[in-house]
Amino acid sequence: MNASVPGTPANARRGIPLVDGVEKVTGKARYTADLDRTGALVGRIYRSPVNHAEILRLDVSRARALPGVIAVVTGDDCPHPYGVLPVAMNEYPMARDRIRYRGEPIAAVAAVDAETAEQALALIALEVRELPAYFASDEARASDAVLLHENKEGNLERAVHHAFGDIDAGFAEADLVREVSIDCAEVNHAQIEPHAALAEFDPLTGRLTMQSVSQVGYYLHLMLARCLEMDESRIRMIKPFIGGGFGARVEALNFEVITALLARVAEAKVYTELTREECFLTHRARPQTTTKLKLGMAKDGRLTACECEVIQRGGAYAGYGIVTILYAGALLQGLYRLPAVKYDGYRVYTNLPPCGAMRGHGAVNVRHTFEVLLDRMARELGLDPFDVRRANLLEAPTRTLNDLMINSYGLGECLEWVEKASGWRERRGKLAPGKGLGMACSHYVSGAAKPVHWTGEPHAVINVKLDWDGVVTVLTGAPEIGQGSSTMAVIAVAETLDIPPDWLRVICGDSEVTPKDNGAYSSRITFMVGNAAIDAARKLKGILVDAAARKLQASPDDVECAKGSFRNARSPEQVLPFIDVVREALVNEGTITVKGTFTCPPEAQGGKHRGGAVGSTMGFSYAAQVVEASIDEVTGEVTVDKVWVALDCGHAINPLAVEGQIEGSVWMGMGQALSEETRYLDGLPAHASLLEYRVPTSNESPPVDVHIVETNDPNGPFGAKEASEGALASAMPALVAAIADATGIDLDQLPVTPDRMMDALIERRRRARREATRKVAP
Amino acid sequence: MSSQPPPRKQIVRMRVNGRWREDAVADHALLVDYLRETAGLTGTKTGCDGGECGACAVLVDGVAVPSCITLAARCDGHSVETIEGMAQGGRLHRLQKAFHEQLGAQCGFCTPGMIMAAEALLRKNPKPTEAEIRSALSGNLCRCTGYVKIVKAVQIAAEAGS
Repeated sequence: MNASVPGTPANARRGIPLVDGVEKVTGKARYTADLDRTGALVGRIYRSPVNHAEILRLDVSRARALPGVIAVVTGDDCPHPYGVLPVAMNEYPMARDRIRYRGEPIAAVAAVDAETAEQALALIALEVRELPAYFASDEARASDAVLLHENKEGNLERAVHHAFGDIDAGFAEADLVREVSIDCAEVNHAQIEPHAALAEFDPLTGRLTMQSVSQVGYYLHLMLARCLEMDESRIRMIKPFIGGGFGARVEALNFEVITALLARVAEAKVYTELTREECFLTHRARPQTTTKLKLGMAKDGRLTACECEVIQRGGAYAGYGIVTILYAGALLQGLYRLPAVKYDGYRVYTNLPPCGAMRGHGAVNVRHTFEVLLDRMARELGLDPFDVRRANLLEAPTRTLNDLMINSYGLGECLEWVEKASGWRERRGKLAPGKGLGMACSHYVSGAAKPVHWTGEPHAVINVKLDWDGVVTVLTGAPEIGQGSSTMAVIAVAETLDIPPDWLRVICGDSEVTPKDNGAYSSRITFMVGNAAIDAARKLKGILVDAAARKLQASPDDVECAKGSFRNARSPEQVLPFIDVVREALVNEGTITVKGTFTCPPEAQGGKHRGGAVGSTMGFSYAAQVVEASIDEVTGEVTVDKVWVALDCGHAINPLAVEGQIEGSVWMGMGQALSEETRYLDGLPAHASLLEYRVPTSNESPPVDVHIVETNDPNGPFGAKEASEGALASAMPALVAAIADATGIDLDQLPVTPDRMMDALIERRRRARREATRKVAP
Repeated sequence: MSSQPPPRKQIVRMRVNGRWREDAVADHALLVDYLRETAGLTGTKTGCDGGECGACAVLVDGVAVPSCITLAARCDGHSVETIEGMAQGGRLHRLQKAFHEQLGAQCGFCTPGMIMAAEALLRKNPKPTEAEIRSALSGNLCRCTGYVKIVKAVQIAAEAGS
């Protein structure tokens, strides 16, 4: 049953199903919408019908007077701006004075039932003075544009200017210098579970209990305390089952704060569930991005210099924006050897729903652009796409120019596997007409080495409890959201103690029971919580070995612990079952609880330059993939036929879950490349449903062959690094390269919808005709 | 307390997971709300604003339907099966077992609807091809798996037989 035997390669191990899997396949898993709502009021949100305006008058008196309405709240109920970054809190749960996007919450009601709540919303009167609204970065940056936020000149949330190495010398040394400008549409997480929150305020005790879909219970806890002016100790956060996140829920969201405000005013339990349309309005996903990139390359494919400008259309509020624009620059590095890098990033405020973090946070659109240009330059120099990557590999251990630490690096092995598995050398250029092969690489951090809220605490804390019944209970605040983090923690403890995972239980995400955890973001959990779990398990093992030694009348050094029993190495016939050792350990002690911690050392926390902490991590995952695609020249439809992907995750603690993460991330990147795109018509979301926002169905999704590369990172838990984000960003450029291989068409815009593909095919035909005419002409 | 009189209701008799029930149901009540709120079967999920994601799929007379755009009253006299009725005799149904063991469920939110859609397929077509599986599940969105392990789970369940 060992999921993670060191020394056995991941691809020969299977791993174990999720510890909470049976609940999921039987329908017993309780998500927020499934919680006991006996007596709960229904919360509904009144949203702005305009894009940008001053509020002249907001009248909720008629709503308040409607029988069945128990509470109405507005911006007046919360004068505290909130936000995930302490340096950029500029959002209110409900607009005060100023509205900045259509769909922004303005007021909310709690009523005895949904019909009454909706009727109450219709009775709210709003008078505004409309202001010019901006739906594109260049409009918002125009010199005469009205500012969305005071003291944010040019509607810039943050401009980043970084330069490392000698950029001029780098370009001077190049044999080929090329530039590209690529536009990636805004996309959305579209996790299948809609947003929901259940808040209960007890006026007798003054305590608030909050259950919601959050990936970051701790950050939400902080923001609820701030917005409700409550002492943190009066708030309890409980995490139900969560139906996916992908970054949608990595900051406190307005509907969560609103539900808590309603519960306090109503002195009751309030349940708010957002429609799918409202989930799109809540947004917080990957921004529309224009990336201008210039690379210098030597004849042999070596990169000599990189100059990059990124403009992100950030939406109306800060959210994670500063981090996103910093990530975009920082993660230019860490994948290949780059002697000189210049980066200019601009995060722009616009009158659209606020963007935030989404799987591959900040790195994805820039990586897409980089890989696309790399491929085109390789073609121009007559180099194979694999060879041009190989000419730029790093050697671990090393540090990048921007001081990112690289301790393990398996990109070379990833390249080798996908090249072979896909039959690249034999098949490329020999496929049927309309078919092509493309490849690309990507990487991602295993947790931000500097947390958003710096408190001086360890980066991760976990408790492990052992009781008289022999059950080992893992207590973790790390939010299990479907990625398998609870299973990972169970395996880490079970492997260390060498007991079957089945002997363990896990309790996850209850602020009154489990230790604080920063949350499920930046792929931090396996690396940080995994290390903390091993630390706790080692301490517990020490206690058990001492107890076994006492009972065996042996020296602890002679006690061996294996497969759930303990024995004396000097007299191997002396064997004690686990439960006997547990009971010995509890004598005079009682129930045992041990704590494990993990802290990223200062040298892992990035460079000293401004924003240098973003991108810093203890370990990068590395991925390479090959995409085979078909292009229908009649309909413009692009089909991904097959994907081969290899990921260096250091060590796969649970190979089954690692495979699942790789498959899911590759597929999500493919969706962004093929069909996913939010669109707004004068600020009105045009794709705010799962019908218009085109997530690929099973019919449009390819088989994915996965290979796990294990480089055994020196700092990772059992050598592990992250596995769920690293492979996403290479999916898009690999597909665009496959299209170029099939058609000779270079696409500079994502997604490659059939109409965009068709336009490009028609343009190619016209050009061919023009050239033919020119040749014929005398 | 409410501002409006309660909606008109009619008595609906429905066989849910093999047992007949009789409930007063509002004319406009959706099957998904009836199952979740009246029958207490919260395994069936809602993921969209109507008929887009498949998370609410249940079987009505053996056919997979989106319960979020089906009126409960229309199911009067019919047999409805949900995820809660799948495990029998203390054992997981072959699809549940395969989804669990093959990691066909990650976050699990689409899983009940996915399993019900797969069950409808296997009853009609016990040995489906990969293309038939993909086509039968194309009304059920999953955001975690890329469908790779879902398709595999259905294949393994099909091989296991009924």
